[in-house]
Amino acid sequence: MTSRELLSPSGQDVVFVLVGLVVLGAAVLCVTTRQLVHAALWLVVALGGLAVQYLLLTAEFVAWVQVLIYLGSVVVLLLFGLMLTKAPIGPSPDADSGNRPVALAVALAAAALLVTLVIDAFRTAWIDLDTPHGTAEQVGDSLFRTWVLPFEALSVLLLAALIGAIVVSRVRSRAGGDR
Amino acid sequence: MDVVDVLWRLLAVLAAFLVLPLLVGQAEHKVMAHMQGRVGPMHAGGFHGWAQLVADGVKFAQKEDTVPAEADRRIFRLAPALALVPYLVVLVAIPVGPDGFVAQTLDAGLVFVLAVLGVGVLGSLMAGWASANKYALLGALRTAAQLMAYELPLLLSAASVAMAAGTLSLPGILDAFEWWWIPWQLAGGLVFFTAGMAELQRPPFDAPIAPEEIIFGAYTEYSGLRFALFLLAEYAGIVVVSALTAVLFLGGWHGPASDSLGWLWTLLKTGALSFLVIWARVAWPRLRADQIQRFAWTVLVPVALAQLALTGIIRVVTA
Repeated sequence: MTSRELLSPSGQDVVFVLVGLVVLGAAVLCVTTRQLVHAALWLVVALGGLAVQYLLLTAEFVAWVQVLIYLGSVVVLLLFGLMLTKAPIGPSPDADSGNRPVALAVALAAAALLVTLVIDAFRTAWIDLDTPHGTAEQVGDSLFRTWVLPFEALSVLLLAALIGAIVVSRVRSRAGGDR
Repeated sequence: MDVVDVLWRLLAVLAAFLVLPLLVGQAEHKVMAHMQGRVGPMHAGGFHGWAQLVADGVKFAQKEDTVPAEADRRIFRLAPALALVPYLVVLVAIPVGPDGFVAQTLDAGLVFVLAVLGVGVLGSLMAGWASANKYALLGALRTAAQLMAYELPLLLSAASVAMAAGTLSLPGILDAFEWWWIPWQLAGGLVFFTAGMAELQRPPFDAPIAPEEIIFGAYTEYSGLRFALFLLAEYAGIVVVSALTAVLFLGGWHGPASDSLGWLWTLLKTGALSFLVIWARVAWPRLRADQIQRFAWTVLVPVALAQLALTGIIRVVTA
């Protein structure tokens, strides 16, 4: 690509920014709404918008996995939990905790760190949107050739979390059985 | 691909989406009737009551569309659409015949199809919660628990086919198909079809709906067109799951004279599998919610893992 100019955006750039605004808006609504289940549903919009962003960046495989894991499983799990706790219809007055300022500070710090990192790392990187970069084959290649060690480390981490969850829930259920 | 071509393909998908579920619905009326030794609806439209579903549609359109006073109105109204639309989107990626007889070839079509199918359940969950009804909430809870249990065997058995073919593209899987895949992937196919039926909450896995105990679960408060949309989603789901099973495990358009008659083979296999789904409703009593969970975790998941191991071994040996 010869014309790498920020001031002459293509159609894809415009859509990318618009979808980004939708994601941002849904994310803000997700943390500010006082209705618990609505928060989960705004999360659906935000995560779905992210999948669209991946598609616009030609990362097709990542986009579908985002839909499969986050919309299909994580949000269903969240809604399941909310329903088990009998989340009421209408606003929950006690939805806000006293940790609000701390949470805001942590969120801002994490965002600042990530934005700095991403800008610093990819300041000069350009993506040619005319050729696909995220087909299943390309993702698989780089995952299992270049990044296989982090991949395996992550799967060990997840396994540990899984076993930990089982152990914690078994201890609880035994204590509950003694009652 | 020019604009006219894209429009034609989308129109064809829309036509299939509007016609095939109705055919399955009518077949369900008739097949269930004959299996139970009766004739079923015989009057609407004259010949064997062929227009019964059209008449049902008119009836639903005339009914009052009520929303409970305590319900979360916006979400209550949105839920049927969210339950139905994913099945329409999935049809776009299902190959019907050889040489690009598919609305859109996707590089990771298999992942796309399974991902979008998983979104449909959000409609049932939203309906169950927004109805402000204890039975509806119970139904939605069972729906969520059932989905989480059956998503895993569904994905594992589909992954087995992708491993066998070496691609995630649905037309690519069919191009690589050989006849001996059917016995090779038989266990995975049974797991996929069963798990698909459970995701659709079809009998014998219909504990989340169970009219006799929780009064249709998440759909209790729905009436009129919105209820009809949920019914339509169920029939569209039968078509989609049957078509996917046919494509992944039964060779899709492969068959005698598949160059010219490929689309017919796909439709025939889909129809035969839809018949099995209807048959299951008449043949088996409903499983309890805990039996449904046990069946998924102690039968389907181990079988799917064994199929995955078998596929891997044979791939490595023959490679």
